[in-house]
Amino acid sequence: MMAGLASRLARPSMPASRRAFRWLDHDLLLFRRNWHSYLLAGLSQPFLYLVSMGIGLGVYVNRNGGLPGGVSYLVYVAPALLVTQAMMAAAFESAWPIMGKILWDKTYLAALNTPIGALDLLLGDLMWIAFRATLLSVLFLAIIVLLGAAASPLVALAVPVAVLTALAFAAPIVAFTATQTGDGGFNALFRFGITPLFLFSGTFFPIEKLPLFLQPLAWVTPLYHGVSLARSFSLGQIEPVGVAVHIAALVAFVTVGLYAGRITFRRRLEV
Amino acid sequence: MSDSPAIPSAVIHAAGLTKRFGSFTAVDAIDFDVAPGEAFGFLGPNGAGKTSTMRMIGAVSPISAGTLRVFGLDAARNGARIRARMGVVPQADTLDNELSVLENLVVYGRYFDLSWAESRRRAVELLEFVQLAERSDDTVEPLSGGMKRRLVIARALINEPSLLLLDEPTTGLDPQARHLVWDRLYRLKARGVTLVLTTHYMDEAEQLCDRLVVMDKARIVAEGSPRQLIEQYVSREVLELRFREIGPELDDGAHMDSRLDGLAERIEHLPDRFLVYTSDGEATAAAAYERGLRPSSVLVRRSSLEDVFLRLTGRSLVE
Repeated sequence: MMAGLASRLARPSMPASRRAFRWLDHDLLLFRRNWHSYLLAGLSQPFLYLVSMGIGLGVYVNRNGGLPGGVSYLVYVAPALLVTQAMMAAAFESAWPIMGKILWDKTYLAALNTPIGALDLLLGDLMWIAFRATLLSVLFLAIIVLLGAAASPLVALAVPVAVLTALAFAAPIVAFTATQTGDGGFNALFRFGITPLFLFSGTFFPIEKLPLFLQPLAWVTPLYHGVSLARSFSLGQIEPVGVAVHIAALVAFVTVGLYAGRITFRRRLEV
Repeated sequence: MSDSPAIPSAVIHAAGLTKRFGSFTAVDAIDFDVAPGEAFGFLGPNGAGKTSTMRMIGAVSPISAGTLRVFGLDAARNGARIRARMGVVPQADTLDNELSVLENLVVYGRYFDLSWAESRRRAVELLEFVQLAERSDDTVEPLSGGMKRRLVIARALINEPSLLLLDEPTTGLDPQARHLVWDRLYRLKARGVTLVLTTHYMDEAEQLCDRLVVMDKARIVAEGSPRQLIEQYVSREVLELRFREIGPELDDGAHMDSRLDGLAERIEHLPDRFLVYTSDGEATAAAAYERGLRPSSVLVRRSSLEDVFLRLTGRSLVE
């Protein structure tokens, strides 16, 4: 078991770039145990949403000749629901499970006794959240195609848009989670943050229909940008400046979230 | 305080090591060195600063002041390299309840960048070593406290460390489980692994430690081998005298104090008995009888580290 001191010292140290991926291994091992439940949720959710909202509600929306340009409500709402679902999953995944790793199961604390550091945990878990968002979005896309709910093959780009939107939520929320001492804050976050966003970020109706004073609020939420991007790809109506602005807004959310997480993770875990 | 260790090849060298949390000083400028292959203990009541010290040595908690070198590396700048070469058994088990016993070890090996195959090979071997092989595929949840502890020890060994840190390794375990843990730690020591542990069990410190320091209120108050500490701080034997007429309910032992006075260098008056620190318990007991004292019970025992501990850190309950 004990090798000589010389060979021990000669052993190359683990490159820093690999450490976040080693923590990702932990999340993937858990995924391997529970992949069927992720798959089931990933297939049933889009089906329920698309049938109830797109087809059920759509009957009434389409009654007067559909939306401008003759687009059916299903086609209008489908890419937005894809992004919204990735966002919801990412928001959830950034709250309770991260809290568990810090406070309840303390699996972060175990990993911190290895070469893995606080920032590796942050990056590794964000990679896991991106992986999960990718999986959900690909499944959602498959259902969209199956239901014929896409106007353009560019609808496939809704997947990367959804992953970017998921991270635009996950990075700031994970940073917030690291400041919490219990899960009480999450109820407020979801009740006053995530749920209103879900309803008022242009997923079900254009934000132009919101009262004037609420419209700027939609502008500063990442979901609005993700939904707008995914919809424009899906409808094949691409306006380069708009696309650039939306992507820049999402990237800004991820960047700010990462910086905040860097601070809060260190403050919480390196004490 | 000096920058060069007293032991030239020291695995751990600490000088003026300090940890502050805001205005609270958890560890106050302590100095110590740990030699390779040594079993070194931190002894002290709750809140003495043992765990804070361990977390600094483990390179997970930044030091507030002083010098700390582990494997000759500066702990402030080489955290990941230091952690790569040591094993840590923390006070809380921190096992992953969603993974199996084997998976808990395998994934931990991945954190050290071992390949899946190599990590698995070591995990199987280590489960054998801690006598948990037959529980490999079970989840962690139903394991007993002693089994969880052994699993955490196995986990700490996955990177084949030359230094093992154990923070209260047997707290909360039943006697059988404690002895099983001690047995594994002896074997590791025999293989040349340096052990650093905290404990507030005196028998554990006497059993395992070659050398130890006693911590109290963030400082080191004594240092030496268990034998040295006993010789230095207490007498060879302790005579315990109980008297029926004094007890917690009728605390009128004051006159007894005067009757015992001069019997030995140091006499301690506890609620239910007197501890007489003496080099020869039998002779002192005889002397007490000569004075006409008639204790209801007499016990002569070798003094232990517990006597040292209580002498140095006091009897008042620290919470």
